[in-house]
Amino acid sequence: MIFQRLKETPSQTAGPYVHLGTVPSAAGLEIRTQENPHILQGDADGTRIRIEGLLIDGAGQPVTDAMMEIWQADSKGRYGQDGFFGWGRTVTDWTTGRWWFETVKPGPVPYRDGRTEAPHIDILIFSRGINIHLHTRLYFADEAEANADDPVLKAAGAPWLQETMIAGRFDADGMPGYRLDIHLQGEKETVFLDM
Amino acid sequence: MADPADFMRRDHAQHPPAFAPTYKSTFLRSPRRPLLSMEQSIGDRTGPVFGHDRLDPLDNDLIHNFATDGEALGERIIVYGKVLDENARPVRNTLIEVWQANAGGRYRHVRDGYLAPLDPNFGGCGRCMTDEDGNYVFRTIKPGPYPWRNHGSDWRPAHIHFSVFGDAFAQRLVSQFYFEGDPLIRLCPIVNTLPDPTLADRLTATLDMGEMVPFDCLAYRFDIVLRGRRSTFFENRPEGN
Repeated sequence: MIFQRLKETPSQTAGPYVHLGTVPSAAGLEIRTQENPHILQGDADGTRIRIEGLLIDGAGQPVTDAMMEIWQADSKGRYGQDGFFGWGRTVTDWTTGRWWFETVKPGPVPYRDGRTEAPHIDILIFSRGINIHLHTRLYFADEAEANADDPVLKAAGAPWLQETMIAGRFDADGMPGYRLDIHLQGEKETVFLDM
Repeated sequence: MADPADFMRRDHAQHPPAFAPTYKSTFLRSPRRPLLSMEQSIGDRTGPVFGHDRLDPLDNDLIHNFATDGEALGERIIVYGKVLDENARPVRNTLIEVWQANAGGRYRHVRDGYLAPLDPNFGGCGRCMTDEDGNYVFRTIKPGPYPWRNHGSDWRPAHIHFSVFGDAFAQRLVSQFYFEGDPLIRLCPIVNTLPDPTLADRLTATLDMGEMVPFDCLAYRFDIVLRGRRSTFFENRPEGN
């Protein structure tokens, strides 16, 4: 039995030069070969999709210096399986604040008590002005039935709050695209999680 | 896969709040509604596993990993330490990424326009993985302080940014560490986002003459603590929300 307790190291902002350490090529530095800017590698099973959106601050302006990471299950709802890494990282566009990933649509995943979580992708946001990274989720508008029973969406409360995590579908050059704008603050403020 | 245990909740009294008036960039980038607290899901209790094969042998040596003509200029240091969880267990085989300014406080980043020059032999980014005992080490140049626009010209203390993955997405941590004895630490608006001044001590690397390399480089020790998994003494299983 372990009773020794240490305290988690405090967070500090990733700052304006986060790219240098996490996606060096975006900082203008060619130093590494394996950066994983986008998630899909090899021939993962499942439906290929593109997810994208804008990252927007409390004044409605694009956040053009952020780094974002996603973590998701494979098409069968399993995390960390061979053949599908499940993790990706990107930076927001330097003029528009737009971000995107190409991946596969995750399957539903088992939750506690035998319940099921609707297909979703976890998103972390790091940037200047964000003291501790923000965590949200992307759900899919075409999974309305599963979304209605999802424990996190239900806990988010009012439909307009749930909708801050639900990406609308569009056609992304022949593959399903899902768009979710993330608002750090303000009227359309995204629901952020403390898990 | 066996269902891994939950993590202890994150103690936000140990972290800066989203909105911290001393640091102006937080003003428009901080959510105003409370975070939604939930029981952890399998996605929070798992995370990406990076293999050692991703790393180049020079990835943890910033004095050499970008150098083409000699070595990086500045105060040569080793930074080493352990990554532990809150239960004091080592966090093994986890990826640490670091980035920093050069000896003059200039970043090799297309957006840094500070007048201090770049060092042609210094890139300023590196990474390493902890070993089986949670140990990590890298070699670098001690970064210089630099000015930034906040309240007029504030100055960042010398610092190195770091990013750690841990075993699960819930353990993900990005922060910065500072150097023992730097008088700029207590003046820094970003350090002062911490709710308690003593927390800065936990972000301060200590000089360690025991590990310095004679006639070569000094050494600093900096340990990192990630969230620990909760013991499961008794587990009630409430239905629904």
